[in-house]
Amino acid sequence: MKIKLFLLAPFVLGASFLFAQGTISGNAESTFQYLNEDTVIGANQPPSKGLINSYMNVFYTNGNFKAGMRLESYLPRIQGYPNRFDGTGLGMRYVGYENDFVDVTLGSFYEQFGAGLSLRAYEDRALGYDNLLDGARIIVKPRKGIVLKGVYGYQRLSFQEGRIVHGAGIVRGTDAEFHLNEIFKKMETSSLDLTLGASFVSKYQKDDNSTLVLPENVGSYGGRIKMLYKNIYFDGEYIQKEQDPSNDNGNIYNYGHASVFNLSYTQKGLGILISGKSVDNMSYRSDRTKDLQDVFINYLPALNKTHTYNLVATLYPYATQPVGEVAFQADVMYTFLRKTKLGGKYGTTIGFNYSTTYEPKKTYNSNYPSDSTGIAYKSTPFVMSDSLYWQDINFNISKKFNKKFSGILSYYNIQINNDVAKISNDAQGVINAHIGVVEMLFKLKPKHSIRTEIQGLFVQDKDGVINDKGNWFTALIEYTISPNYFFSFMNQYNYGNPDKTKRVNYPIMTCGYIKGSTRFTVSYGRQRAGLFCVGGVCRFVPANNGLTLSFTQSF
Amino acid sequence: MKLSIITLFCFLVGFSFGQEEAEKNMKKLPSVVLKNLKGKSVNTSEMGFEGPVVISFWATWCSPCKKELNTIHDLYPDWQDETGVTLVAVSIDDEKTKARVSPYANAKAWDYEILLDPNGDFKRAMGVNNVPHTFLIDSEGNIVYSHNNYAPGDEDELYEHILELGSK
Repeated sequence: MKIKLFLLAPFVLGASFLFAQGTISGNAESTFQYLNEDTVIGANQPPSKGLINSYMNVFYTNGNFKAGMRLESYLPRIQGYPNRFDGTGLGMRYVGYENDFVDVTLGSFYEQFGAGLSLRAYEDRALGYDNLLDGARIIVKPRKGIVLKGVYGYQRLSFQEGRIVHGAGIVRGTDAEFHLNEIFKKMETSSLDLTLGASFVSKYQKDDNSTLVLPENVGSYGGRIKMLYKNIYFDGEYIQKEQDPSNDNGNIYNYGHASVFNLSYTQKGLGILISGKSVDNMSYRSDRTKDLQDVFINYLPALNKTHTYNLVATLYPYATQPVGEVAFQADVMYTFLRKTKLGGKYGTTIGFNYSTTYEPKKTYNSNYPSDSTGIAYKSTPFVMSDSLYWQDINFNISKKFNKKFSGILSYYNIQINNDVAKISNDAQGVINAHIGVVEMLFKLKPKHSIRTEIQGLFVQDKDGVINDKGNWFTALIEYTISPNYFFSFMNQYNYGNPDKTKRVNYPIMTCGYIKGSTRFTVSYGRQRAGLFCVGGVCRFVPANNGLTLSFTQSF
Repeated sequence: MKLSIITLFCFLVGFSFGQEEAEKNMKKLPSVVLKNLKGKSVNTSEMGFEGPVVISFWATWCSPCKKELNTIHDLYPDWQDETGVTLVAVSIDDEKTKARVSPYANAKAWDYEILLDPNGDFKRAMGVNNVPHTFLIDSEGNIVYSHNNYAPGDEDELYEHILELGSK
């Protein structure tokens, strides 16, 4: 007995010692809402009155070994989150091993091939979006400059009773990327930097439809290129998708295609970017019956600037139409350097951005659907019709006047086709809005500053009638004491609403306390209904009135 | 019974010693491979800078992030001369806005090292909830300070922490 104990003790001691080694990192986040009934803005009080979402990520690495998990909790979920999230449990978990040659993961993982047109599994917690893959992944680096990937798994569709619910179809994919300058000795010193890549993705979902013959395996494949020559950068990707009848495309048997390119020129003080994108029939989900943001295998980013001012960002945002669109964007930024006439003492930066999106030109098949092909129309990449989906022209000037005062002046003209990219139940056809924003920052004394925003949004009349909700005015004032405190007050006033009873103020007050990587915020007031978007993916948030507490912590 | 108590005791002792050991080593940078603006792969745990490193998570659509980096831009030459610090600006822009990173950084004439984290791998590994989030790493690769937010004046506090490292 004693001998056994003596043998065991060092072993246990050693094992626990080893376990305590390695690194643990992660973060925690919690958002609590207490909501009031507010009939004026159409905000309802949920039966439980209080709502709370909580998350904690824990990642452990020790040498080549890694493991991680995320616990999440919805008791019940906060407003605007997918209504099927409930309970507390593991929302993500994995183990893995990684060295310079191989990286293998079992369990949940996030992944992106190229620009994501064929595959992107990612998470955006602010949106409640998480299409992670649950299965196995291997990444091999046979030599410098070559990366090969293989993935296999089911996607996360939902989170119910504290458990992950998977999508119906299985997703498989492989990707290869070659950075030629690292592979070939001859190219090491070349001023042309070249990367090539190719990917193949396939999904399998059983054909459970009695009337249609549905393809059970649907592939999607293509290639990409990235070039850098001195100050000029170019990248492009093209992906084709096989026949994939689905709810999104009305069960047509067309092939789909998507392409994007970016061309930019930069030098000190100047940046120019031209981008293009063409998408047709590219909704690619691991369950053909799903809609909204559910189980997308690929990612089709909207091609426009992501705006930050409240009225611009949340009233009329645009998300890609996966069934088809052609889009272009041009962006120019220039800084008048210091000590020039226009630059002044600190320099002045001006920015111009233009983006536009149209429906692709489609040549319809007159025999559809009576012929056996199931092909409804034909389209060519980058050939567009004259049906406008979206247009955004904006510019801004930012200038620091002296040590204590700086400002930004911005103007936006946004046109959005509400019949296609549905944004409001009150609007007709294309909404045309002009928005002006003045932002000012005053440094009162060291560590104390005041920031103000004044925003006006003016909607053009449609056939002599006020379109959508009419004009808006927003004012914001924020007082910050570095590094720990901030206080802000914002009011939005829908003074131009055609319905006089809806000319409502939306005041909201927010305070925050920050210490290192811990952050508490408290806000109280009204928030209007709107689309909340990140990266061109949007979620509808209903109007609410009440208290929101949030806490975030990194470790 | 005795055996299990002693086993537990050993485990706890080992664990607490291990913890202390870990405490001494402090939190290290996780290893994630990201691309820089030149297309080169960079392993975040082996960036190879001498002296302290500031890692600042930002995005082209994040105004406070841009305020922070533009403010530090004015101070950066002095900071570098005095402490040898390097600032690594990690952009979390995804495919929607990633192409705007290089034009923006160049138009602002930034001298930072810029890395792209389009699918949030490094962001997740560093436990970043939202941007801006700034970390200070000493010359041994330990994370010694972090701050989540930016208010004018925060750069002074960051610089005080950088100076503390220099005096060690």
